[in-house]
This record gives sequence, structure tokens and C-alpha cells, in this order.
Amino acid sequence: MSGRTLWIVVAAVLLVGGAAAAWAMLPPRALSFAGGGAVDLADYKGPNPTGAPPELASADVVARGKYLTQAADCVVCHTASGGQPYAGGLAIPTQFGVLYSPNITGDAQTGIGAWTDAQFLRAMHEGIGRDGQRLYPAFPYESYTLMTDADVLAIKAYLLSLPPAHAAAPPSQLKFPFNQRWLMAFWSAFYNPNQRFRPHPDRSPQWNRGAYLVEGLEHCGDCHTPRNLGQALDNRQKFAGAVAEGWRAYNITADHASGVGAWSDAALAEYLHDGHADGHGAAGGPMGEVVEAGLGPLTPGDTAAVVAYLRSVPAVHSQGLPAPVTQPASDAPKLMQASFDPRGKQIFEGACASCHGWSGVSLLTNDATLTGDRAINDASAINVAQMVIAGGGRPGALRMPAFGAAYSDTEIAAVANYVTARFGAAPGRITAADVARLRRSSVH
Amino acid sequence: MSLAEAPPPDVSRRSLLKAGGAGLLVVGFVAPLAASALQDAGGYAPNAFIRIDRQGDVTLVMPQVEMGQGTYTSISMILAEELDADWAKVRTEHAPADEAHYANPMLQMQATGNSNSVRAWWKPLRTAAAATRACLVQAAAQGWGVPTGQCRTESGAVIHDASARKAAYGDLVGRAAQITPPTDPPLKDPKDFRLIGRPLKRLDTPDKTNGRAQYGIDVLPPGVKFATLMQSPVLGGKVAHVDDTNAKAAPGVRQVVVLDDLVAVVGDHMWAAKRGLEMLDVTWADGPNGAVSSGQIWSQLRAAAEHPGAVAKQVGDVDHAFASGDVVAADFEMPLLAHATMEPLNCTVHVTPASAEAWIGTQVMERVHAAVAKAAGLPEAQVDVHNHLLGGGFGRKLEPDMAYAAARIAKQVDGPVKVVWTREEDMRHDYYRPAYRDLLWARLDGDRIVGWKHRISGSAVMARFAPPLFAKGVDADGVDSAQDIPYDIENKRIEFNRVEPPGVNTGFWRGVGPNNNVFAIESFIDELARKAGQDPVAFRRAHLTGSPRHRAALDLVAEKANWGAPLPPRCGRGVSVQPSFASYIATVVECEVDEAGEVKLRRVTSAVDTGIAVNPDTIIAQLQGGLVFGLTAALYGEITLEKGRVQQSNFHDYRMLRMDQVPPIEVHLIKSGEAPGGIGETGATASIPALRNAIYAATGVALRRMPIDRSLLAKGART
Amino acid sequence: MITLTINNEAQTVDAPPDMPLLWVLRDLLGLTGTKFGCGIAQCGACTVHIAGRPVRSCLLAVGSIGQRPITTIEAIGATRNGARVQKAWLDAEVIQCGYCQSGQIMSATALLDQIAQPDDADIDAAMAGNICRCGTYVRIRQAIKNAAAMA
Ligand code: FES
Ligand code: FES
Repeated sequence: MSGRTLWIVVAAVLLVGGAAAAWAMLPPRALSFAGGGAVDLADYKGPNPTGAPPELASADVVARGKYLTQAADCVVCHTASGGQPYAGGLAIPTQFGVLYSPNITGDAQTGIGAWTDAQFLRAMHEGIGRDGQRLYPAFPYESYTLMTDADVLAIKAYLLSLPPAHAAAPPSQLKFPFNQRWLMAFWSAFYNPNQRFRPHPDRSPQWNRGAYLVEGLEHCGDCHTPRNLGQALDNRQKFAGAVAEGWRAYNITADHASGVGAWSDAALAEYLHDGHADGHGAAGGPMGEVVEAGLGPLTPGDTAAVVAYLRSVPAVHSQGLPAPVTQPASDAPKLMQASFDPRGKQIFEGACASCHGWSGVSLLTNDATLTGDRAINDASAINVAQMVIAGGGRPGALRMPAFGAAYSDTEIAAVANYVTARFGAAPGRITAADVARLRRSSVH
Repeated sequence: MSLAEAPPPDVSRRSLLKAGGAGLLVVGFVAPLAASALQDAGGYAPNAFIRIDRQGDVTLVMPQVEMGQGTYTSISMILAEELDADWAKVRTEHAPADEAHYANPMLQMQATGNSNSVRAWWKPLRTAAAATRACLVQAAAQGWGVPTGQCRTESGAVIHDASARKAAYGDLVGRAAQITPPTDPPLKDPKDFRLIGRPLKRLDTPDKTNGRAQYGIDVLPPGVKFATLMQSPVLGGKVAHVDDTNAKAAPGVRQVVVLDDLVAVVGDHMWAAKRGLEMLDVTWADGPNGAVSSGQIWSQLRAAAEHPGAVAKQVGDVDHAFASGDVVAADFEMPLLAHATMEPLNCTVHVTPASAEAWIGTQVMERVHAAVAKAAGLPEAQVDVHNHLLGGGFGRKLEPDMAYAAARIAKQVDGPVKVVWTREEDMRHDYYRPAYRDLLWARLDGDRIVGWKHRISGSAVMARFAPPLFAKGVDADGVDSAQDIPYDIENKRIEFNRVEPPGVNTGFWRGVGPNNNVFAIESFIDELARKAGQDPVAFRRAHLTGSPRHRAALDLVAEKANWGAPLPPRCGRGVSVQPSFASYIATVVECEVDEAGEVKLRRVTSAVDTGIAVNPDTIIAQLQGGLVFGLTAALYGEITLEKGRVQQSNFHDYRMLRMDQVPPIEVHLIKSGEAPGGIGETGATASIPALRNAIYAATGVALRRMPIDRSLLAKGART
Repeated sequence: MITLTINNEAQTVDAPPDMPLLWVLRDLLGLTGTKFGCGIAQCGACTVHIAGRPVRSCLLAVGSIGQRPITTIEAIGATRNGARVQKAWLDAEVIQCGYCQSGQIMSATALLDQIAQPDDADIDAAMAGNICRCGTYVRIRQAIKNAAAMA
């Protein structure tokens, strides 16, 4: 082959390879699936999909800001366990090292008290801090960037209305090169559209409201959409489920078996609002926190909008997530005992059966019923193990105690595998080593 | 020196003042119609323990409290034995707070502990009952005009065989009351015992099967309200600020009581109080202990343990013995432990300007009496305390703190209030079994131990609880079973090093000092046996020539536990021998350690010589229960602190051994005519080292600290 | 006002629907045989029977019971298995402090109601949720077998 053709071949290979890489590295935007035809908010004729709900139309900016701040789940990351809300300091372990959420109360030195509106807008829309330094995308500005200026400033007004806390977050501990904040500029360039929400006139007003809430505020994709090599959301698999903070954020696409396609609108709304729906179990871990902080406070209208929007997300099937078993197990403890790690049954009969029942249907409270729960029907048993370790439950309801401190990794793996086998679609296969990893990866 | 021979502490000053000391305690109750609770109660009350009414029903007042150890039955048996009472007509009554009459002769205070109820009361109660019997015999003899020598007694009646006459005790009480009881009547020869030594059914258990039994937590005085409390999460912390708006608004909430170091919510029922407390917004000022952590407690203890302690006992010349050969050393550690009695702490109190009344189940009636009086600001004469069955004591109820707190709360409340602690509060505000660090050194000459040094470092509970028992830097309980180590060793020194942990109260816990000492000693003995290439049983046996009773127990347990018989892989047997509480006990635990390091109990066997077994079945039961108590601690027990706060809160993070983990437990009694020994705590002391040694045998891993760290036991784990 | 059927008697109590049955029994009705041990369904001291099944009353909202009959330790002796269990408990001298035993007896009775001749695995499954701090487990196991043998 002549030198010239060789070069053409090389160039072709590079081109194709580069294109493939680009394809992989540059997934579609969050709303791409909805197709073209989006218009600027100003040109949209329908009812305003942004801002606070009609119920708060006449409320002052702080009240509206409170609603939006809750909907954006800010408190979840910006509050250390046991600490003052929004005072920051929560340790967030990432695969690159530990980040600490900053203080976003009105304190002038350590909070946002001295920030100008422009600086706050730039942070929320572009991921750039007050002093111009880049923020890590653990802060979901690529979602918040969809928020209108008015909504962002309403959030600021609310935060400044809270008692300021003087609390500087510990410096983040990231390994090189991730400790080089300036590198995040490239990340932003690729993955942050830096563009306000653009409604779709061809969709219903309810859908548009839902889209604004889900993509701009609640940022559901942050946990429920898998990430690519660049740590960006891979929207080709939008909402198909991922692992976040050591917990599995399940498939919330319309897929019947592995997603929420089989849920009724009512059940979905109840789950989003209460953190529990009969027949589907209760939200635990990070989802429990999000329900408490951001989804629970939504008005019924907004919850319905979120449901309507979720329904429109294309179904993606997750391998290994069969449809949950909806039939209770036998009440006879001996069921299947032979085929299991006897330690799992032993832990269950001592610490679990009193509340969850031998059939999986709790004699005490629906919250403790395991039958039909997504996590129980997940052979990875990740969330079951996490629940055993950390406990939890929805606010105001019975909470499961945290067994992690007194039970060994072996015991927790054994009991997680036992309950998934007894009440779920397939026996779990989590190991003691997995449990040890989960303990390390949870946010605290 | 064991607690039994300890000098009397001044806590019994009241009885000393009133009655002129221990001696008179004994005389005190044989004095006719002693100034006792019985005086006004009618019937014939020759002393503070026995009342016989005209129907012949015998009421026995229990100077010791019933917390499950069966003491009401054993004590009744002792009294009924010398009284020749009709067992069917015997009923028991809780003693009132009255140290002059009910102070435990060994503890010198009205307390139940140190497994000495039977030991301490053996002679005094037999004497009191025999004296009463003598009066009844004399009364009958007078009535019949026959010499007392011709009369005998049998199940509640005096009998004159010659004239075939019989008088029931009930018919004799009037005349008997006129007779001065003898101060030192003849006691039965043990061979004539009719009740003692028989496995009699317990008197307290029938009502415990049907919900009728009344524990402190069950009392419901008319108009009682219900409260639950929250004390400063950090020891010594104070309430800084309270917002009770929401709590007050909660349904059923009546009142919020805020004291300097605790808050309580009073309601129509416990649920209202509990909910109200959750809604209470309290800010605490942590005070000096706000930063205390387990790490700090341990580093402090470890550092202090390096210094020589006060010498508790010295025999021969250990330094010289050590000088001439290499010395084996090992260190052992025991964690802080909570009591977690099944009945959470509680006390019900009614304070009025002129009087106070309290209902509780306690091991220390008189201290509770004093605590309530102090809190109510009333003289003790105006304070009445009613004791009840205890849902477990284990030493926790040797403290009056729950009564003091309840009385302080009740002072703010109109009418009686029942203050019940949540399990979380109970676990986080305990008087914890101290953490201990034991350093041991020994020199082997071939397969003989020729020198022995044991340095115990930890809290001196006695210094607080009974100061005279902390003398010259040595805590009498802290060195119990260490200074009287049963093995023949010519040269030994036992030291005690007082180290008080910051941020926690320490107290007595089932097994007290011996619990720590027997663990350290028996673990170390096993390591020495291995060094000497000896079988653990043979090695111990060879060093027990001076203690035949221990030897007999060891031989029996080895036989019953099939010591030496082959076992599957990763299974092992471990043995322990102990002198504690004047009982001679040897125990073998058999366990399996799986590849992940999880421990499975296979079998537990004990042999016990506790002298005369008043109620043999109770002794077996106490041992069985105590063994489980110790195994629970060995496998799971540890209280830790972070930021001055106890981290455990309930049974999900402070685990208990459960039904499905407990193996067969056999207890073999050795017949003996010696005076009775103590039993209630012995099992807890015996099983910890026996399990530790079983794991040593199964895995070769020499655990040095409790609770068992299962990560060290996994197959191939680095140790 | 909530009406309950307790030990075959209708009882009307003034209690919030989320109030656990345990406190209704103990504090409102004076049925103190049912004990409080942990409040989180970890110890079994509060076990009662709801329609014949063993339930931890410390977490059972009184409003959720409806018409289902409630049996407590005070009345368990009136049932065939209850009486057998109580007798077996005394014959084997199971009880120490006794505080956990109301719950133990309720759990054991429910077991025998379900399985007339339980084996060790059945006993483990039915009884492991009941903690006994005094460590009476060995005798409980024996007593259950003796009670079964009375049938
Ligand atoms: S009190 Fe209900 S299970 Fe412990
Ligand atoms: S008998 Fe005391 S807790 Fe079981």
C-alpha cells in the first residue's frame, strides 16, 4: 500500500474511532428523547411550567423559594448528619475521593451571605463558584441550569431567610488529577448545556411542568440514570437505573418488569408523596431522604405532573431485574430452609420475623411488608443489605433499626440472601466482601 | 480477701447507730416483737422475718430481693426448715426499707448482691426460725403441762407423742407471744433437714405464668400519670434550652418537666409521654465530657496499666522467681458493658408537701428510701418505699439513680407519676461494668508455674459504692478471684491499679470483679499450658493439689464433657476453673468456628460444688442462666462512646444471645456438707474464658480482648 | 374511641389510632401482664395474640386491629395449649425473673396452636424473637416439648 493510502486508512480509522468515542462520550441531553420542537419559555403559549405551583401564586418570594428549594432536594446534600440544615459538611464519598458539601446558609464568611445574585446564578447555571473556581458536578448544576433566573433567586431568598450557621466545610480530599478544579471546565463544556428550560408545545402542560420539576429541580437522573466514562448521565439509558451512594436507584422507565410500567398512577403518586405504596414496599436510603426532603412536599398537582412525565420516558429493560413476586411466601418458617445459608434463616428468625412476618407480609405495619418490594426482588440484594445496615423508613412512620453495628458482614450477606430468596423472584448472591464495600460507600 | 471477709463499710452507719453494729443485727431480730414492719401487722411476730397468724398461715418477710435468682424460695426454705413450718402454708412478703432489721450481714447494708443471700443469711435466719420454734414448743408444753423435751414439731404443729396430742402453730401464737425467744437455740443437724436439699417448686413462679406477678413497672396507684425522661446524652451535661411548644400540644401530654440535667414529659399514658418527648426540642450543654470517646478511655487505661499498682497480695518472691528464667507475658481487656435488665428502669413516686411514697423493684431498698427522701426534701420517716419483684437486677438495681430522678420529677407533678425509661435511655445511662486491662506475667519451670504476677487496671467501683472496701489503693471486689487464685504457685503478686474512665459511671455487673479476673487468669493459664506442651485440664489439675474441691469439679466436668474425645475440624473445647463467690466450679464450652469466623456454640457443661445446696434445682437454673449471660457478653457485649455519647441504644445494636444460638447446657452438682456458697453470678464468670479457650483450641487464635472479634477468626485471617 | 375485643370482652378505649396496643393494655386497661422490653419488636416481651397469631404489641397500632380478637397472658390459661404451656413452664421450673415469660408463653402457645409436635427447628423459628436476659432458653425448649407431649 502506498504511503498516501496508508495515511487515508489511518485518518479513516482515527475518524471512525474518534466518532465512536465522541458518540460514547457525548450522550443526548436529558430532554432529547422528547424530540425537537421545543421553544423558548418566552415563546411558549401554555401555562407557565416553571416557578411555584398555583397554590402559592400569591405567596411571597421566600415561601415560593422554600417550595422550590425543597423540590431541588438541596437539604439532602447540604446537611451533615445531625447538623443544622443547609449548613453543609456532609461527606460524600466518590470514586475519586471524598467531597464535603458547602454551607449554603446566609453566613457571610462560610455561607452564601455575601454572594451577589449574579454569582449565585452563575453557580446554579454554570457550576462556577463565587471566586470563579469550578464546582464539582456532584453539585447537579447541569440540571439546575434549566431553572429560570426567577426561580434560582427565589431559592436564594429562601436560603438567606434561614438562621445563618458559621460553618466552613472541610476541604475536599480528591486524588490527582481530580483535585484540579479547573479541569471541570472541560466537563462543563461537554456536559452542561447551560440553557434554561425550553417547553415542548406538542406536549401537555402537565408534561411540561413535570419535565421542569423532574429535570430541573428534582434531578432524578442524577441517581437513576447510568453514567458514562466521563461521569456524565448516559441518557441513551435514561432512568434505566444505576448505583448511587452505595444504593441501587432502580429503573423508573415504563418497562413493565424492571421499571415502573406495571405501577398504577395512584401507586406511583403515593410512593413519591409518602415514600411507600402498598404492594411496592417503602423507600429507603437516599430515596427515602429525597421523598422526605423534595418529593413529599410537592403539591398533588405537581406530583401528578411528575408521574405524567415519568410515564413518557421510553421503556428500557434492566437485565437481571425480574418482575417482583406479588404473592406472599408461605407462613411456614421451614419453607426452603435446607437450600439456604442457615445463618441467614437464623438472623431472620431472631431479628426480622417479628416485624416482617414469615410470609413477608408484616403483622404490624404495611411499611414492613416485603412482598412486592423492588429491592427484595433484586438478586444483587444491595438495597436489602443497605437497609439492614442503615435501617430507615419514612418520616413519622415506624423506622427499621440499623443492624449494621452489631451484625457482621457475613451475617448481613446471609440474611439479605435469605430474604431475597424467600420473598423475592430470585435468591440474592451478595457476599460478605460486597457488604464490607457497601458500608464504605454509604454517605454519612 | 473476698468480699465476705471485708471490713464493714460505713454505709450501714444507720444500723450501727440504731443497733450498735453487726452483732446486734443478729440479736436485733431475735428480740421479741422487734421494732419491725410486723409489729402492727397482727399475728405472732417474734422477729422481723416470721409472722404466724391464728389460722397458722406463716408469712416470711424477705430480707433479700427476688430478681430471678430464686432467693425468696431458698430463704423461705431455710426459715421453714428450722421452724418446721407447713410448706403449703408459707407465703412471702417484700421487706420494707429498714436497715436495722434487714441489712445483709455480709454487705452490712440492706442490699442484695455479691451472690451472698444464702451465704449471709444462712446462720442468722436458721437461728431466728429455731428460736421461734422453741417458743412454740414451749407454749404447747406449758399448755399440756409436759416437759418441752418430750415434744417435737412437724409441718406446722407441735406434737406430744406420749399423749398423742398435737397443737397447730396457729393455736399457739397467743401463748408463744409471751415467751422470750432464746438467743442461741440449737440448730438442726443437716441430716435431719426435711426441706433444704430438696428441689422444691419456687414460690414466685406461678404468678409469673399468668400476668399476675407485680414488678415495679406494673404498679398503678389511683390517679397515676405516666412519664418518660431524657437525661443529658453526655454525663454531666446540662439542659441549655428547651422548646416545648410542640410537645405540649401533643395529644395526651399533661406536663413537661425541665430540670437542670434532664427533661421529662408527663402524660395520660406512656405513648403520650414518649411522643411528647420526641417532639421536645432540647439543646444540651455537653460540659467537660463532650469529647470523650472509647479511644480516649482505652488509651488512658492502657497507659495507666503500665505503672505498677497497689499490692493486694504478695506470696513468696515473684521478682526473684522471674529473675532466674524467661517470663511469659500477656495482656487481656474487658469492655464496658450495659446491664440491659429485661425490665427497663422505672420508679413510681407520689410526693406531697408532707410525705412521699415510692413503688419500685430495687436491690437497695434503704438507698432508694434515702434517695427519694433527699429528692423530695423530706425526712426519711415521712417517706414510704414499696419494693416489688425485679425484672432482672444484675447489679443495675444496686443504684438508686432511677428513684432519685423519678422523685425529682414527681416533686413537680401533682399526684403519683410512673417514670419509665425507654430501652434507649436505659442503655445510654447505665452504671456500666468497667473496662479492665489485665497484665499477667508468669514463669514456667518445665510444666510448673513458679512465678505469677497479675496487674488489674480499671475502675474501683467499691471506692464509690462502699468506700471502706477500697483500702490502700486496692478494690476488694476488683481483685476478687485474682488474689485467691486457686492454683498452687509459690511466688505471686497481685496488683490493683485504679483508673476511672471519663464520661461514664461504672457499677457492679453480674459476676463483678471475678468476671474480669477469671477471664484473664483462665485465658492466660491456657496459654501457659500450651507453652508447657500440656493438656489444659491436666495442666490445671497438676496445679490444684491445694484445692481438692476445685480438682473434684474439674475431674467431673472433664468426664461429663468428654474432654479429649475427638472433634470435627475447627471445633474445640475450652475449660475454666474458678473460686468465685465461695463456690467451686469447672466449666467446659464446646464450639465450632466456621470459615468466616462465626462462632457456633455446641455444648456447655459445668460441675459445681457449692456446699449445701439449699434448692438444687435453683442452683442448676442459676448456673444455666449465668452461663448464657456470660456467653452473650463474650460474643457481643461492648458499650462504646463517641463525642461523650454512648452509641448503643437497644437490642439491635447491643445484641443478646437468642434461643436458636443456645446449645445444650448441663450442670452437675457435687454433693457437699459444707456451708452454702454463692451461685447467682458464677455462670457469667465461668463461660467467658471457657468459650475463649474453646476458640483457642478450635482455631489456635489466642483472643486477648472481649467481645470476640470475629474478623480475627475467619479462616486465614491475620492475627 | 376505639372498641377492641380483649380476652373475649369488648373494651372501649379513648386512644389515638397510632397508639401501640401495648400501652393501651398496660396504661389504659391495667392489663400489665404484657410487658415492655424494647419497643422495637426485638425482644418479644410484649407478645399478644391477634386472631390467634403472635404479634408484638409494642409496634401494633391499636387503630389497625379492628374486629380481630386479642388474647393476652391474663387469659391464655383459659385456652387448652395456654394451660399446657403454663403447667409445663412450672413443672420444668423455667422461670427466673419472669419478666420475659409472658411473651415467651404467648409465643410458645401460638407455636403449639400451629404445630402440635414442634421439632427443634420449629421451636427456634417461633421462639428466637423472644429474648430472655436471664438465659432460661434451655428450659423453655424442654418445657415446650413437654407441653406438646401433654397433647
Ligand atoms: S417490647 Fe415489643 S418486642 Fe420488645
Ligand atoms: S426470666 Fe428474666 S428475662 Fe427471662
